[in-house]
Amino acid sequence: METKDKVLMINPEKCTGCRLCELVCAVKHDGVSNPARSRIRVVKWEMDGVYIPMACQQCQDAPCMKVCPVHAITRNDELNTIEVDYDKCIGCRSCVSICPFGAMGFNSIDRQVFKCDLCDGDPQCVRFCEVEALEYIDADDVAILKKQEAAKKLYATSHKVALKEA
Amino acid sequence: MALDRKIAYINLTTGEIEVKPIPLDVRKKFLGGRGLDAYLLLNHSKKGCDPLGPDNPLIVSGGILTATCASATARTHIMAKSPLTGLLGSANMGGFFAPEMAWAGFHHLVIKGKAETPSYIYIHNGKIEIRDAQNIWGKTTTESQWAIQDDLNDKEVKSLVIGPAGENLVTFACVMTGIKNAGGRTGMGAVMGSKNLKAIACRGTMDINIAHPVEALEYNKRFIDQITSAKVNKTQGILGTPMIWGATNSWGGVRTRNFQYNQCEYSDDIEPEAIDEICNDTIGPHHMAGCFGCQVHCRAQYRIPSGPLKGRYDEGPEYTSLGAFGAETDTPRAETVLAGNHLVDQYGMDNLEIGSLISWAMELYEEGIITSKDTDGLDLKFGNDEAVLEMIERICYRKGKVADALAQGGIPASKIFGKKSFDYLIQVKGMSNLHSDERATPGLALNIATASRGSDHLRSRPAIDLYHLPEKVLHKIYGNPVPYKGKLSSEHTEYIGKAWQVFWQENCYMGVDCLGICKYHTIFLGVTLPNFEDWPKVLYYNTGLEFTPKELWDISERCNMIERLFNLREGLTREDLEKGDMLNHRYFDEPCRRGAPDVVGLMIDKKKFIKMIDEFYEHKGLDQKGNPKPETLKRLEIENEPSHML
Repeated sequence: METKDKVLMINPEKCTGCRLCELVCAVKHDGVSNPARSRIRVVKWEMDGVYIPMACQQCQDAPCMKVCPVHAITRNDELNTIEVDYDKCIGCRSCVSICPFGAMGFNSIDRQVFKCDLCDGDPQCVRFCEVEALEYIDADDVAILKKQEAAKKLYATSHKVALKEA
Repeated sequence: MALDRKIAYINLTTGEIEVKPIPLDVRKKFLGGRGLDAYLLLNHSKKGCDPLGPDNPLIVSGGILTATCASATARTHIMAKSPLTGLLGSANMGGFFAPEMAWAGFHHLVIKGKAETPSYIYIHNGKIEIRDAQNIWGKTTTESQWAIQDDLNDKEVKSLVIGPAGENLVTFACVMTGIKNAGGRTGMGAVMGSKNLKAIACRGTMDINIAHPVEALEYNKRFIDQITSAKVNKTQGILGTPMIWGATNSWGGVRTRNFQYNQCEYSDDIEPEAIDEICNDTIGPHHMAGCFGCQVHCRAQYRIPSGPLKGRYDEGPEYTSLGAFGAETDTPRAETVLAGNHLVDQYGMDNLEIGSLISWAMELYEEGIITSKDTDGLDLKFGNDEAVLEMIERICYRKGKVADALAQGGIPASKIFGKKSFDYLIQVKGMSNLHSDERATPGLALNIATASRGSDHLRSRPAIDLYHLPEKVLHKIYGNPVPYKGKLSSEHTEYIGKAWQVFWQENCYMGVDCLGICKYHTIFLGVTLPNFEDWPKVLYYNTGLEFTPKELWDISERCNMIERLFNLREGLTREDLEKGDMLNHRYFDEPCRRGAPDVVGLMIDKKKFIKMIDEFYEHKGLDQKGNPKPETLKRLEIENEPSHML
């Protein structure tokens, strides 16, 4: 599978807030149901109906990698992921505190940090998300897809205005 | 493991809390969810107990599959003796509460007693605490949930709450979670209110082990594909349940002006597409939301577009709100429906019951049985939008003679109003019918007459009867997992074989409610959706328990019989208009006046209808009085109930 430079694209507008992604993530990685173990979490503003899935961005210049005192965190160029080497990890949780997205978790049952590994190129959260709030696409395509979406909105608005004026 | 989730007995009077495991032999007989709740209710309540007294046990549960890797295991079930009907109280809701309770370690709660002051129960990873709720008492359903999150300083807490209506003991007050998920029917909110129990809050991070995780994940994917490929679910995912209202109204199955008509005219403003446009305008193109793990996402998000409540956020409106605040009261205006929906959500009241009761009061007003003197000057006539919204508030706070009477439920109110008011009341067993009109559909009429919690569509409705499926297809569906040799008819106006269909659906829906999944994931509206044949696999992969389809059918039948036993103990008799399996005379006397050509002029033929009930009783193994035959109880292994195993 060609996975190089593929990224997890999150479209919060499409998210229905069902949290199936959290469920399948935990089942896939740990064989259990428990959102506390999920690499992806849906953050909600229930009173506004806003749901935002949050997951690791696999940063180019990853703060977790930089802060790790034992160099247990490295970049996997093949999968375009940031990985934790558990043989080296000392569980200091520096990565947890520095991540700007809260994407590095700490599992208090196994006493270990954990993060998204994109399921080695077949992310289950994407597979189960029928509304495509989560997509696994080429990094190059993210911007053009966003442009298309923005253009659609722009067109709809101008069309509405034109109709009103007509 | 799902099977290691516990049951907690909580006494609010003494503060005692006892936690027990759920034995495997109990699981194998009653599975979980509503089925096991029914067992617990029969075992933990005394005959004739006061529904609003401390002895009435309030039972809250998730199903056996709740929060496992199965599809849409979001449902919470609430059971107690109903203050509305005096019979079985049972309500079911989606959202995120039951999964959180399962992650916190529990599948069932049995709550007895009465707290001295307003309180709430907090459950966190196996620990249970009773906390003060005096500062939360009086708040609306959403305010209460956010107040609890603040009190616990935890935004991830999920709560089941009551609003002011539950506190004021309105007999059809509901329990709610999230913005709009309501355990709506039979007044479970009033039972909570009577216990001074404002809420149950849960937060859990405990593993639920999946017996066969790889297979469970793959099977879940297949399950979801099967569910989302059904056209009806696709449409639900775009338009929500208003889609059903639109379809039903078009052929003439929607009660209008209480029971005067069977179709709402001039309803363009509340057609599903019109409601969808409001959602589009006020939220945006992606305005559908889902309950836990569900890919149907039938909950529309909206803001009220105009009027005094302009800008308020809510979800829905379900098709029941279109019926309750649009058709029944003959006020088919979006602003009224959306505002009405919002008010009942905030106050915590059953939209089906209140809409039905307001429209009944409007008919009584038209007939002169109640007058403007009784309503303190409110012009309670059909089509008066302000009167509908005003009545919702008055009933919640029990202001004035009429509203206070209605807050007690239809039958008690009919005794206050007197004259012929009872004759106009569209109810079974004391619970009002939803907005649907069953005069042209004998199968659906049988369903509401015999449903265990009163006039209701979610306990045994053969909704696919309206699709006119070929008999061959009907036999394939209704001939499994137990054979059916009798006749079935594709014609929804027929009486042939409907008793079996209702019996089959009753068992199917009980199965779903024991599993803890949503009815949109079984044969309710979609013909191709999972049922008894598919459930053994999903159960095995997730829990490791092995069942055959027939064994699951037997469990469902057993649980339904337990509900019947409870109702019989509390006074159900076959032909009693207040507590029996009988319809209001209007179904037999007043023909449909609107709708499709094959609907106009129809009403229920009483003789044939009574024969249908005979047939239904026979399928269930009841005698002609409606009591179970001794051999039926023996066959279902419940001849010694209540057995006090748990």
